[in-house]
Amino acid sequence: MSKKIGDVILDVHNISLSFGGVKALTDISFDVREHEIRAIIGPNGAGKSSMLNCINGVYTPQQGSITFKGQTFSHMDSHQVATMGIARTFQNLALFKGMSVIDNIMTGRNLRIKSNLFMQALRIGPAEREELQHREFVEHIIDFLEIQAYRKTPVGQLPYGLQKRVDLGRALAMEPKVLLLDEPMAGMNLEEKQDMSRFVLDINDEYGTTVVLIEHDMGVVMDISDRVVVLDYGKKIGDGSPDEVRNNPEVISAYLGTGH
Amino acid sequence: MGFFLETLLGGLMAGMLYSLVALGFVLIFKASGVFNFAQGAMVLFAALAMARFAEWIPGWTGIESPVIANIAAFAIAALMMWAVAWFIEYLVLRHLVNQEGTTLLMATLGISYFLDGLGQTIFGSNIYKIDVGMPKDPILMFESIFEGGVLINKEDLYAALIAAVLVAALSLFFQKTATGRALRAVADDHQAAQSIGIPLNRIWVIVWTVAGVVALVAGMIWGSKLGVQFSLTTVALRALPVVILGGLTSVPGAIIGGLIIGVGEKLSEVFLGPYVGGGIEIWFAYVLALVFLLFRPQGLFGEKIIDRV
Repeated sequence: MSKKIGDVILDVHNISLSFGGVKALTDISFDVREHEIRAIIGPNGAGKSSMLNCINGVYTPQQGSITFKGQTFSHMDSHQVATMGIARTFQNLALFKGMSVIDNIMTGRNLRIKSNLFMQALRIGPAEREELQHREFVEHIIDFLEIQAYRKTPVGQLPYGLQKRVDLGRALAMEPKVLLLDEPMAGMNLEEKQDMSRFVLDINDEYGTTVVLIEHDMGVVMDISDRVVVLDYGKKIGDGSPDEVRNNPEVISAYLGTGH
Repeated sequence: MGFFLETLLGGLMAGMLYSLVALGFVLIFKASGVFNFAQGAMVLFAALAMARFAEWIPGWTGIESPVIANIAAFAIAALMMWAVAWFIEYLVLRHLVNQEGTTLLMATLGISYFLDGLGQTIFGSNIYKIDVGMPKDPILMFESIFEGGVLINKEDLYAALIAAVLVAALSLFFQKTATGRALRAVADDHQAAQSIGIPLNRIWVIVWTVAGVVALVAGMIWGSKLGVQFSLTTVALRALPVVILGGLTSVPGAIIGGLIIGVGEKLSEVFLGPYVGGGIEIWFAYVLALVFLLFRPQGLFGEKIIDRV
């Protein structure tokens, strides 16, 4: 696989986050380069999801800044993050359960819909055409994720593994620059994990999407990531290629030494 | 049999109007998790605006046609409901994001007093008339089938038709448009909706505007039946049992709940009334709601309440 890894697109600088007296993140810095797959790993409670939530604007860190495409922010706002081209999936699935697979993924196109409410309500030409174009795009995603058979099924009725795919599809529909995946393989069996890995690699390969993914299962991550950040108790204890990380004594004692 | 049918139809038509008010509650609760105590005040405010503008417009423009005056008054009243929605979002809701449900409920209680006062300050506090030209005369149906036929109030029939069309239009809007999709998304999961770039603030303004327009239609119909007066706010209280019956999160629930309550009220009044001394119509809905609260608190179609311990 010959991939062109580009310049730094996302730079996290000295982020600290605490909830009351509990320090979730202490002085975390790392960067993400364009087109790479960057993993954040660590045992449970290491602060991985908190990190992702800072980038996504759900949490506001007390200290530090985040630079995205040259613009520096001390606070990110969820809606603004989405407009800038950062999409995410959720660890605990935050899909719109009552809506069909197609509608769920269509919501990902929301930011790109230009026609206004009245045009939509009256089904005036441009609104109708636009809807069809977006629908076509969404059909590609559905094909790509191999969920054609479930198009019209309410998402709440799908098995967990498929819901994870829909979650990914909704994020993809935004055509993001950077895709944040929060434990995309959690709770999956081996086969599902392999499918998901394949999707992540294909997304990265075909669309050039930069992927930041969180996992606590090291196995799969090491195979697909270009570089890995390791967190433990809210601190960064390792950063580098999978091989470097694997041989880092601190990582081994903190992470692998715990009996994984 | 003819009499039974007559009562039943009367109940269905009255129920349709309850549904309309209940729909306002459900729309707002779904999209913003707020139990909007101000729904009744919104009905009064909208009805006052409609009644007064319909009265003023011929004087201002010199156009005497009541049709044009009514249409223009409706449009202006709808615009005002949009402004109200915008102000509520800007001044109240956006500052209370992530607060307890009770806090938001109290806030809407405040909004309700404010709107009551504002409406009567701007538009006056007498009893006003809305006349959209609904025919008052009753019609007789099924004369060949039942002895004496079935007597239907034409006004009720038209009102129920308008309510039905509005409900149908709303559900089409929710199901078939991109904005409707975004609204449903917000109703399902705020955080996920934000992460894909659906702007919560704008969605709230839209939802409150839609609820405002629903309040306007309800106010227009009730107003033309009873006159526009302060007691219109109590129409919202009548819709409360409907919401409990149908479930706070279900649009079909609001409609079916309204129909059940409407029919139940009329049938119980007519057929049980003589045995217990009448007046059932007034309390029937609340007792039914009480029974539901005891045995099925999520209502007929609401999401099941699961408490994690």
